[in-house]
Amino acid sequence: MQIPNALLLQAATDLPARLTALEAAAKSAQSAGDNAWMLTSAALVLMMTGPGLALFYGGLVRRKNVLSTMMHSFVMMALITVIWSIVGYSLVFSEGTPFIGGLKYLFLSGVGKEPNVDYAGTIPQGTFMIYQLMFAVITPALISGAYAERIKFSAMAMFTTLWIFVVYFPMAHMVWGKGGLLNAYLGGSIPTFDFAGGTVVHITSGVSALVCALYLGRRKGYPAEPIKPHSMVLSVVGACLLWVGWFGFNAGSALAASGLATSAFVATHLAAAAAALGWMGAEWLHSGKPSMLGGISGCVAGLVAITPASGFVMPMPALLIGLLAGLFCFWMVTTVKNMFQYDDTLDAFGVHGAGGTLGALLTGVFATNAINDSQINGKVLPLGLVDGHPGQILNQAIGVAIAMTLAVVGTFIILKVCDLVIGVRVNADDEEQGLDLSQHGEEGYIPEA
Amino acid sequence: MKKIEAIIQPFKLEEVKEALKNIGIDGMTISEVRGHGRQKGHKEVYRGQEYNVDLLPKVRFDLVVANERLEEVVDAITTAARTGKIGDGKIFVYEVAEAIRIRNGDRGDSAV
Repeated sequence: MQIPNALLLQAATDLPARLTALEAAAKSAQSAGDNAWMLTSAALVLMMTGPGLALFYGGLVRRKNVLSTMMHSFVMMALITVIWSIVGYSLVFSEGTPFIGGLKYLFLSGVGKEPNVDYAGTIPQGTFMIYQLMFAVITPALISGAYAERIKFSAMAMFTTLWIFVVYFPMAHMVWGKGGLLNAYLGGSIPTFDFAGGTVVHITSGVSALVCALYLGRRKGYPAEPIKPHSMVLSVVGACLLWVGWFGFNAGSALAASGLATSAFVATHLAAAAAALGWMGAEWLHSGKPSMLGGISGCVAGLVAITPASGFVMPMPALLIGLLAGLFCFWMVTTVKNMFQYDDTLDAFGVHGAGGTLGALLTGVFATNAINDSQINGKVLPLGLVDGHPGQILNQAIGVAIAMTLAVVGTFIILKVCDLVIGVRVNADDEEQGLDLSQHGEEGYIPEA
Repeated sequence: MKKIEAIIQPFKLEEVKEALKNIGIDGMTISEVRGHGRQKGHKEVYRGQEYNVDLLPKVRFDLVVANERLEEVVDAITTAARTGKIGDGKIFVYEVAEAIRIRNGDRGDSAV
């Protein structure tokens, strides 16, 4: 059959227009899928702080401090959000020096529906901004595990406000910001891999926690008097919410609803499972019984350790990283803590500092471009030791050392300043009475009500 | 009148209450208490930190009965609360000088 010439001609002239329309439709579909996942991830990461961490930590303290401990998490959701929207996002993600960003996005100017192609080309920059905010919220909340049950609320608020500027914003910019010193993908001179915040979130918070524990000193009565968790039930609920929220934290760090998100999701889950078994197994051998607290502590340790590695490693290395984290952190919070007798009250250092360090270093071992084929300077390069690039372990170690130094020096100076201005620790009577009453004038449990 | 103070295992609470109801005892006060006699405590471990818990949870019954009902009530409690193992608890009996019903001022046996 002969096709009429006129029809052919019409098809030929339509073709470019149709192709353009098709491309636009495909782009819009991808953007819709990515944006849906990233908004969900942002909500999941917020859920890690409240109620996840608030419950996890709240259950581990004595009943007279349950609300103050929950406040330490909850208040970050308000305080850090305000700081982030005004200047924080800009200091981390706008271009500046290798150490800190600039003021281009001050007051979130220009941060809206359009993507920021440097970071995530398929989602609105507003989504990227709100997702990254949730990391800034949880990081100082993690530190609260070290100063729980004895810090003044006013000092906590001042400490956190200074800390987020002095430690978090520079570290996050160095690792994730364009032109940051350690950013492997966007022009860093010391390329390190930190998929979801092993250095930025867990080493900074964990090491700062140790400094806080040492600076504030032990709680009254510790370790001679028995100070037990008041509700393991709250802690179990909180830890399980952390586990679920962590999928947003790690798989969300792919910044797209992609295959990389899936592999990060899988690695995250496997590591948490192996670490829970590792910790419980170790205590079973050590003290004769596996415990619920051991199980949830282990799963958190595994989640911490897999955080930097989640977007770089195969499933079996993820299992191994988790198992090692469970064993290592168990040893840190039992043997090492008892040896030195510091009162890292809820083991923020033993779990986040130690687990984060282990995870950051093991990322250098197991990172592979079979999982993450993002280009570096236009090429897919070998990533970790398993790809034949042992030098990466050294880069990772430099990243760890920078995070630790910044955390130690920054935290110590900030504590000194807070101590001079308002005093960081409550007086002995207030501590005895409990922070709920002395700092907030309320109680968590009111039997007569 | 006698006051009976019985300290029993918490899990025996319902059985003892039932036994008292069956012999027509209506009034009692129950409190959750902690303590120990010859029963040894137990060990708890939280993240490697060991705690010896020697004050164990118990339930205390307080009730006041007419003199002639004493043996019957003590028997009921003893039978219901007994497991035969260490930690079953104790019963103490006191003399009561007076009992007064607040609602109408009744005194003595008729007030209990």
